[in-house]
Amino acid sequence: MKKLLWLIVASIGALLMLAAQDFTGVIPKGQNLPKIAIPDFRGAGDAQKFMAAFNQTLSADVESSGQLKLISKSMMPAFTPQQPSDFVQPPPPQPDNPRRRGGQAISVPQNGGGHWLSDWAGPPASTNYLAFGYTAVQNGVFVLRGWLFDVSKSDASTAQMFGKTYLGTVDEAGARKTAHEFATDIIALFGGKSMFGTHIYYVHQDSARSPKEIWRMDPDGGNPQQLTKFGGLTHEPAVSPDGTKIAFTSNRGFKWDIFVFSVDPVKDLRFYNPNTRMNAQPSFTPDGKQIVFMSTEGTDRCCRIFVANLDGSGVRPLTTSVFIDAEPKVNPKTGADVVFSSGRSGPEQIYKMNMDGGDVERLSDGTGEASNPSWHPNGQKIAFSWTRGFAAGKFNIFIMDVSSRSYLQLTHDEGKNENPSWALDGIHLAFMSNRSGTEQIWSMLADGSQPQQITKRGLNSTPVWGM
Amino acid sequence: MFSKRKVSAICLAVSLAMFAAGCKKKVPPPPPPPPPAAAPAPAPPPPASAPRVSQFSAEPTSIQRGQSSTLRWEVSGDVSSVSINQGVGTVQNTGSRSVSPSDSTTYVLSVTGPGGTTTASATVSVSSPPPPPPPPPPAAPKVTFEQRMASDVQDAYFDYDKSDIRGDAQSALTQDATSLKSILADFPSSTIVIEGHCDERGSAEYNLGLGDRRATSARDFLVQLGVPADRLKTISYGKERPQCTESDESCWQKNRRVHLSPGQ
Repeated sequence: MKKLLWLIVASIGALLMLAAQDFTGVIPKGQNLPKIAIPDFRGAGDAQKFMAAFNQTLSADVESSGQLKLISKSMMPAFTPQQPSDFVQPPPPQPDNPRRRGGQAISVPQNGGGHWLSDWAGPPASTNYLAFGYTAVQNGVFVLRGWLFDVSKSDASTAQMFGKTYLGTVDEAGARKTAHEFATDIIALFGGKSMFGTHIYYVHQDSARSPKEIWRMDPDGGNPQQLTKFGGLTHEPAVSPDGTKIAFTSNRGFKWDIFVFSVDPVKDLRFYNPNTRMNAQPSFTPDGKQIVFMSTEGTDRCCRIFVANLDGSGVRPLTTSVFIDAEPKVNPKTGADVVFSSGRSGPEQIYKMNMDGGDVERLSDGTGEASNPSWHPNGQKIAFSWTRGFAAGKFNIFIMDVSSRSYLQLTHDEGKNENPSWALDGIHLAFMSNRSGTEQIWSMLADGSQPQQITKRGLNSTPVWGM
Repeated sequence: MFSKRKVSAICLAVSLAMFAAGCKKKVPPPPPPPPPAAAPAPAPPPPASAPRVSQFSAEPTSIQRGQSSTLRWEVSGDVSSVSINQGVGTVQNTGSRSVSPSDSTTYVLSVTGPGGTTTASATVSVSSPPPPPPPPPPAAPKVTFEQRMASDVQDAYFDYDKSDIRGDAQSALTQDATSLKSILADFPSSTIVIEGHCDERGSAEYNLGLGDRRATSARDFLVQLGVPADRLKTISYGKERPQCTESDESCWQKNRRVHLSPGQ
């Protein structure tokens, strides 16, 4: 019995390792991440009131990068250095026979309480790196002085990896900005890419019966900004590769139409829809010059996949199916193939075809229902939602290597999980989950670790991670 | 727009005109002399004057029976007597009189003087009054289009991930077809919207397509039964507008439907 169990465990392990090989570079480095201590920074005077936001942002950015493991604050020494001069050298090692003076033993400190580099490198902190510094308001500017130390070194001058000054406005947004920039510099040293500066586009609704509109926000949920005000059902956002345009669907009268808007300023660029009752689910080609979408054009049956220029001209169908073909997404790397979901073999599944509509092949194995395909920036993997192994409607997030068809399941029935979208760093995903009780936007690493709830107010769905 | 030949003809004309204008500039000819003043004609001798009728009118010229019209007249010249027929009799040289003829009547004004007799006529046409308004219809309650749609039309239900019209949906839609034909006849400017809905289980994206297929299946079925196609619109709401939100089969079945709603 025990033998059988071991055999099963071993074979599952072997399968996982095989699968994992296909995801090298996509899924994070795992448990052996370098460790970093980020004690709370303090602010001088007026800067102090923004430090809660600052410290939360800095830790969240570094932790969610997937490049470093944060050590717990409770493991850190009592004294928190604020600048390199706060470090002192431990006293030289004591000779074997300690001198006695007046019969009194000289007490030799065992540690520096945080003043010694070894206080951080040794237990209980046992960190590899330490980020520290302070903030102040100087001449109407929020100033951050930040350092990163390799605490395995013997003295402060060799331990310093970098020390920089960052400036922001004297408000919470300014404090967060300096934290994002400091985190970006730290992450970069470990091969990571900060998502600061990119945006998540999504659908927001105040409550279940209120209008749906397109919004965007920073990757950590900061600076939410409403982009549309149609008052009806406006959804299915897509963002152009350069981040200057969005496309989405809205119901007008008794039609579903596609809109193409510029983002800054928000302006209708006029996509002229085919004259049919449903044009929906747009996404951009990698050159940003065309969109692919689904439409009832020509057949009066929903739906085939079409391609058109950004103004709606040059419309032509890519599929001939008499079933539902939906959610087309063009390979961002090659521009030559399209993944989409289709009901052509029964319940919806993920398919791939060439840009001319040829060489259609099914990627998901036909079990359950599969939808919401989203390309990895490298054009070799996709993320999608799949009910494989669960009841109808119980979607989980999966990623798949397109050429080998091997896949990994990232969520495991923590509520409903749908609409995955890769970040440009290729190791983060945004997705929608109702695990907190309502539909909200979450992010996680591409192995399913570090799930973080990004939105909290109202109902939020269909995230699309873009510039 | 213009052929080459036309364009060159226009160019030629323009340059000729410019050339002509250039010539004219040199010596302007003197203006022609003014015409001689016409000599006033000698006044003719006054004729023996007959009396004149300067005005004889009826206002208004058309009335309904029972209403009245006003005759107005004015005569001038050597007048000895003025009279109007149709029982009005002798009148002053200038005046007005209200008349209420029961049928269309032509009044003749006769003016006699030393120069002779002059007549003028004015006609008042009389029409019958319109029939009285019909009595109000018996007090049937006025049912609106929306109320008829709500009371006479039912939803049709579908199987999971299917858009074909199953048995119970066929009977529902057959009854709906009868109701719709009557409603559309009673409200000639109305249209009907066929909404396609899905349960919560498929993806929102796929369900938008599935809802559309359910709506078009229902539309085709109704049109086959004689409901005019140009009065029917379809829209898919996918799983955006559920009837209920419980996650069990009885709720899911309620949401897998087409619903017929008033268009406009």
